[in-house]
Order: sequence, then structure tokens, then C-alpha cells
Amino acid sequence: MMTKWQLKDSTKETIAGYGFLLPNFIGFLLFTSLPVVASLLLSFMKVDLISTPKLFRFVWLDNFNQLFKDPYFWKYCWNTVVLMLAVPFSMAGSLFLALLLNQKLKGIVFFRTIYFLPTICSGVAIYVLWKLIYNPEFGIVNTLISKIGLLLHIPLQGPNWLTDEAWAKPALIIMSIWQTVGGYNMILYLAALQGVPRDLYEAAEIDGANSWQKFWAVTWPQISPTTFFIATMSIIGGFQAGFDQAYIMTGGGPNGSTTTIMYYIYNNFYQWQEMGYAAAISWMLFIVIFGITIFQWKFFGKRVHY
Amino acid sequence: MPQLSEYEKAIRNYAWRLFIKQSGTYLILAVGAVTMFAPFLWMLVTSFKLSGDVFSYQKPWWFDWVPTSFAWENYVKAWKVVPFARFYLNSIFVVAVTTAGQVTTSALSAYAFARLQFPGRDKLFFAYLATMMVPGAVTMIPVFILLQYLGWIDSYKAVILPGMFTAYGTFMLRQFFLTLPRELEDAAKIDGCGYFGIFWNIILPLSKPALATLTTFVFMGCWMNFMWPLVVLNSHEKFTLPVGLAYFQSLHSTDWTLLMAGSVMMILPILLLFIFNQRYFVEGIKLSGIKG
Repeated sequence: MMTKWQLKDSTKETIAGYGFLLPNFIGFLLFTSLPVVASLLLSFMKVDLISTPKLFRFVWLDNFNQLFKDPYFWKYCWNTVVLMLAVPFSMAGSLFLALLLNQKLKGIVFFRTIYFLPTICSGVAIYVLWKLIYNPEFGIVNTLISKIGLLLHIPLQGPNWLTDEAWAKPALIIMSIWQTVGGYNMILYLAALQGVPRDLYEAAEIDGANSWQKFWAVTWPQISPTTFFIATMSIIGGFQAGFDQAYIMTGGGPNGSTTTIMYYIYNNFYQWQEMGYAAAISWMLFIVIFGITIFQWKFFGKRVHY
Repeated sequence: MPQLSEYEKAIRNYAWRLFIKQSGTYLILAVGAVTMFAPFLWMLVTSFKLSGDVFSYQKPWWFDWVPTSFAWENYVKAWKVVPFARFYLNSIFVVAVTTAGQVTTSALSAYAFARLQFPGRDKLFFAYLATMMVPGAVTMIPVFILLQYLGWIDSYKAVILPGMFTAYGTFMLRQFFLTLPRELEDAAKIDGCGYFGIFWNIILPLSKPALATLTTFVFMGCWMNFMWPLVVLNSHEKFTLPVGLAYFQSLHSTDWTLLMAGSVMMILPILLLFIFNQRYFVEGIKLSGIKG
């Protein structure tokens, strides 16, 4: 009698479980898991969707061979990595702001809100705004530079930020620092700082440590998991970044200097309809991100101080 | 009484140093806040300028920062000349459906993963987790081809459906459901409450903070989403705000006052959402930080 009831209960639970799961699972299958497999297949194919009938032909490793010989691909990889120079600066700034905000002061919430604004408002509107900010003639950056020049009695003139190959990347890096410095990373650092045990600081004070020593001996090792988490997440995000701002602000130029891997995928996939080649690039991206994630788990996961 | 005066001195010294330290902190924080806020102020001021004013070279230093004119017509023009109203409605529709859909399907599947026993559950959950590493670029191309075969390109369906089911939402809510105490559910079970009853009457009301956090994040991500709608939408009257603004920008790239008015209107809802939902943001970020 008992077993019969138990069996019935577990069957009911199984049905309920699949029932609850079903709506999400269908979407997950259609738009996530099957596409991952399909995209791997596509990366070994030549695809032509314009001709009738549509063409799907296996070319095996041709796409990857072409990729390794493609100088543009390597150039755009380099661009993507250079644009990630924003990460260390932004992280240092986030930590600095978090240290300042982690004191018992009035108005902390106010400052936190202001610092968070650029993160909240990211997107096309902000890139349109920054395109105007960097305008060589009447953007505020160059206006400010020439005003400083007037003050110092030297003729200072700002560069053509977005149309000069030497300045386009720095321009995007500066914008990216502005955008991220007070955002998610600062909140994560703030949470980490609040989690450092008080008695460690008290012990350091008894030993006569000054603020600087306390930071390096107590705070820095204690928050290292957060630093590591932010760093890896930023790198993973960095590899996939750069499309929206480049599309709006520079169109990937000048001379391809702000085209990132994502932008190249978009061009191949959407502009040139090279679906197979685009899929191959996206899989290279996936492999890099997968590698970083494994690295995060295996190596540093143990080395950081918990 | 030399001892007391030395004690007093120490206190005064301490108070003085605290004052210096706090003033310094406030000074740095204020400089930072001005840097963060200045572009927004400039955007707002520019959006109210007469279109000739933006280019005037003989202007005093404060010209950029103080509104000298209130050209409301920029907003009216952005609303009328550009089909901005249309973009706005499109965005609201797409974002509302996507958000509602994602939060609903995520909550249902998260409940299954967190509380119900069924064969293959852990393997399925692992599959969900594994796909969270996959960059969006990988799935974008096959989904596009699939939508083309279905004839859904250039429809709202194409924008909405792929965004309605994510592993992230499921994962986040599952982690939260796992922290809820089981006693209430056990009591409800004894009272004859079914699985859906438990989900609806107990789990959901207890999970309001997590649901609000997810809702906020999905809403924001969807409101800002640019690449996907850009790829699947062709006709102007279906554009969402980001795509519409980009399109408008490519046509009228010198109409700065109008562009800034459009940008202000695009940012405003997000800003309001953030100001009213701030604590959910902060909690959500901490939650996502814990998983690493």
C-alpha cells in the first residue's frame, strides 16, 4: 500500500517537473542549445541564402583555414585586445571609488547613484552623445582643451578624435572607462569591502600598520576573489564587446581601427551574407572565452585568498 | 591637570584629522560626480538649444552648460518629424512582452529545478549552465537562418521570441528559490496544495525581490538591445528605439539638437526605473557576483 502511494507521488512529481520546465525548455532548445550545434555545423559549411535553392555545402576546414590566413581577422583581434586596456584603469578606478564610498559618510547613496548613471544609460543614446562630445569643432572635449590653451597662453588644439586613426581607440577607451568605472564593478568591490572582517584591521592597527600598509596587507588579499572575478568577467565581456559603440560612432573606422571581432562577425554575417565564415569566427571567439573560463576555474580559483 | 589636557589634545588632533580626511574624500567624490554627470547635463542643455546655437563659436565658457534657450520644438520635432513615437511604442511593446515572457518561463523552470525531483533534472540543469558560457554571436547566426526559413524576419516575433527564454533567468531564480525555507511548502502540501498552488501561493510571493531584480535586468537589457533588432528588422515602422535612433543618426547626423532630444527621451525611462528600483540593482549585482 505504502509503496504504491509513493510511486504515484513520484510519478506526479515527474510530470509536474517536466510541465513546469516545458515552456522554457522549448525556447531553450530552439534558440540556444540546438543553435549551438547548428552553428558548429555551419562553421564547416559554405552557405548561400540568396540563391534559390539555398545552398548549404560542407567545405570542412576551409573556413578555419581562411580565417588563420585572414589578415583582417588578426587585425580586429588586436583591436579588440587593445580596447580592453580600459579594463585595468576602470577596475583601479572602481576600487578607489569603492574605498572612498566605504566610509561612514553622509550622502553615499547620492554619489553611488550618480556614479551608476553611465552604466544604466549605456546604449545607442550614450554613443550618439559621445560622438557629439568628441566632435572636433564644438564637442566639449576639444572646447575644454582649447579653453585650457587660452588660459595657459599656448595654442592647444584637440585631435580629430573619431576620424584620426591614432586617436579613435583612445577615444573609445576613455569613454568605456567613464562608462564602467562607477558601475557593476564598483558595487561588487563595495560589497567585498564590507565583507572584510573588522578584527583583521584591528589586529593590523595593534601591530602599528598605517592605512597604506593596512590596504596591502589586509584589504587587497581579502578582496582578491572579487578582483579576479571582475577581471575575468571583464575580459570575457571585452572579447564580445565593441559593436554598438563602433557602429554608431566610427562605423568601425577609420581604416578598420575600431572594428572588433564582434563587428567583423556582424559584417560577415549580415553585410556580406558569409554565414559559414561568420559562424567559424564566432566559434573561435567561443573557444577563447571557454579557455578563459576554464583558466578561471582551474588556476586562479585556488590561488586567490578566500 | 596635564593628563587631561593631553587627552584633550589627542581628541582635538583626531577630530582635526578626521575633518581633513572627510573633506578630502568629499572633494574627490564631488570631482568624480561632476565628471560622471557632465555629459548628461550637456546632453540636456544641447537638446534645448536652437539648432544654430550649437555651432556658434563666439560663446562664453558657460554657454555649453547653462540653458540659454528652451527650444521645446526639438522634442516636438523629434516626436513628429522622426517617427519617434512609433519607435517608442515598438520598444515598449517588445520590451514588455520579452520581459513578461522571460520572467514567467524562468520562474516556472527555476521552480522545477529547485524543488521538484524528476529523472534527468541535474543533467538538464548542467546543460543550462553550460550554455551560459556561449557567446551570443554563436547562436545568433543559426537563429537568424531559422527565422528566415519560418518567414519571420522583419516581424516583432523575430525580436521577441529569442529573448524570451534564457538560461540566466532560470539560473538566477533557481539559486534564489533554493534559499527559501521548505517548512511553508511542507505545510501547504499537507493541506492538499498542489505543485502549482505551492508555486503560486508560496514561492512567488516570497521571491518578490528576486523577481523584481530579474525584471529590472531583463527590461534594461532589452530596452538597450541593439544588434539583434538591427539584424532582424528591416522596415522603419517596426524599429525599436535604439535602431530607430541609429537610423535617424545616420540620416541627420548634423541635427544635433534633435539627436540629443531623442537620446534624452530614450534614456528617461531607464533613469526613472533605476531611481525607483535602485536597491534591486544593487542586490542583483551582488547576487550575480556570488556565483563566480
